[in-house]
Amino acid sequence: MTAAVRPMVEARNVHKSFGHLEVLKGVDLQVAPGEVMTLLGPSGSGKSTFLRLINHLETLTSGRLSVDGQLVGYREERGRLHELRESEVAGMRAQIGMVFQRFHLFPHMTVLQNVTCAPMGVKGESRAEAEDRAAALLEQVGLSDKIRAYPQSLSGGQQQRVAIARALAMQPKLMLFDEPTSALDPELVGEVLDAMRDLAASGMTMIVVTHEMGFAREVADSVVFMDGGVVVESGEPEQVLRDPQHERTRSFLSKVL
Amino acid sequence: MATSAAQQAPSPGAGAPAAADDLPVVRLRHPWRWVSYAVIAVLAAMFVHSLVTNPHFGWDVVGEYLFSVRILDGLAKTLQLTAIAMLLGILLGVALAIMRLSANPVLSRTSWLYIWFFRGTPVFVQLLFWGFISALYPSISIGVPFGPGFLETETNTLITPVVAAILGLGLNEAAYLAEIFRGGIQSIDRGQTEAAQALGMKRSRILRQIIMPQAMRVIVPPTANNTISMLKTTSLVSVLSFPELLYAAQLIYSVSFETIPLLITASIWYLVVTSVLTVGQYYIERHYSRSDRLEGLGRLGRLSALQRRRTVTDVGQDGR
Repeated sequence: MTAAVRPMVEARNVHKSFGHLEVLKGVDLQVAPGEVMTLLGPSGSGKSTFLRLINHLETLTSGRLSVDGQLVGYREERGRLHELRESEVAGMRAQIGMVFQRFHLFPHMTVLQNVTCAPMGVKGESRAEAEDRAAALLEQVGLSDKIRAYPQSLSGGQQQRVAIARALAMQPKLMLFDEPTSALDPELVGEVLDAMRDLAASGMTMIVVTHEMGFAREVADSVVFMDGGVVVESGEPEQVLRDPQHERTRSFLSKVL
Repeated sequence: MATSAAQQAPSPGAGAPAAADDLPVVRLRHPWRWVSYAVIAVLAAMFVHSLVTNPHFGWDVVGEYLFSVRILDGLAKTLQLTAIAMLLGILLGVALAIMRLSANPVLSRTSWLYIWFFRGTPVFVQLLFWGFISALYPSISIGVPFGPGFLETETNTLITPVVAAILGLGLNEAAYLAEIFRGGIQSIDRGQTEAAQALGMKRSRILRQIIMPQAMRVIVPPTANNTISMLKTTSLVSVLSFPELLYAAQLIYSVSFETIPLLITASIWYLVVTSVLTVGQYYIERHYSRSDRLEGLGRLGRLSALQRRRTVTDVGQDGR
């Protein structure tokens, strides 16, 4: 513990059931600070559920999950786990950015309001401060000219880039991407991946659930292949994608590559 | 006709479409429209004729009372009662809707029970109950539950006809509005809540900033409808001897026996006010659907300082 860097995300034997359906059957993995990890796997493999556990949008059934050394959803005191209060959960989520498959921008707000509402409302930043950072972030994702547009007038790719800026406006220490390009028309995928590539280059810790093998190969530091609620295989992209060790990985990759 | 056209289409009749442009078109005739015009015109003429010739309508009496002090006073009371009852209904309705959707099972079930009771009994009966409440609880006291009371008062001094009217209408309305609000809140995509949660927002802020502004579009039209309905329902309060518009008219005709003209007088005012409210409803609905109108051009009035600065620089740079 002393020599090693504290992992940004650490999962130990994480289980998650929805009623009788066990979606995660003991997931172990670690994400180092600054690491970009892609989670691959067929639909129903539990990868999105695992991502949602990290910021407590789902509650884990058993196991231990921590972000930056802090347990998710619980506080450990005298050998017991205490469920966190709503404000404590919210405080933890404020440090983790999340980007959804279907963007989920707030349709009644302009692009600028989408990006500034959480910094002002949750962190109590001044309007000037929040708007200046929002302007910088929107410039970074190439949307300076859309600052006063409403989400409905934007293309899917533009909406997703606003969603990335909205998450970054909270200055998170970890970014979660839940199939960020799956709802996009093929010609719009590139612009979103470019924004994510820039973010990765800036040193952000990222966990990306995706089917974009190009992104996994070129940008990710590690690839984790999940199937049936467990981690089947993980390692460096070159190794997992070029020379998979498990039959299930091989059969999945043969279908998507 | 259609089949022959379809059969011709695949044949290489290059001249056919051009010829169709030149040929005279015989418009479809609608003979039944003319029949319906005639029938309605005759019925309308008969009705108008009776309006003019039937002396029992008493238009001179209507004209005499339409702007009389007692009728206008009743109208004012009707408007006040509508406003106060709706306000009570909205406040209590919001609370009931939030309780109903709460994770707390006690609150949720209490709300369910309230809605079940107040929607399940006629508002007229509820008004009568409030009117006769002193027969049920002759006095009201504040104190320790099941213990001694500190403050005690006669029910009739507390629940006057006005209070009974407000409680009867407002508590009933709350049950209906609660269901409208709940439907509106639940109509918003779950992803909106999750996105807001992921940004670290708490439930109360998510409801206020994210869910309610969007739910308003679903909530406002039926709420405006209920307001119009409430305006007319206030006439039931005449049973509590509360001098609103209808009771004011009744008081006059109970003496003068000009029943029909005074009912017409009251009806004219109800129609006038509901018409005004309908116009208001149109503008409120338009207001809440504004984000549908895409780009915020021409909305400079609502832009923030930074947006305004940007707009100015955009114009400067591009020379637009």
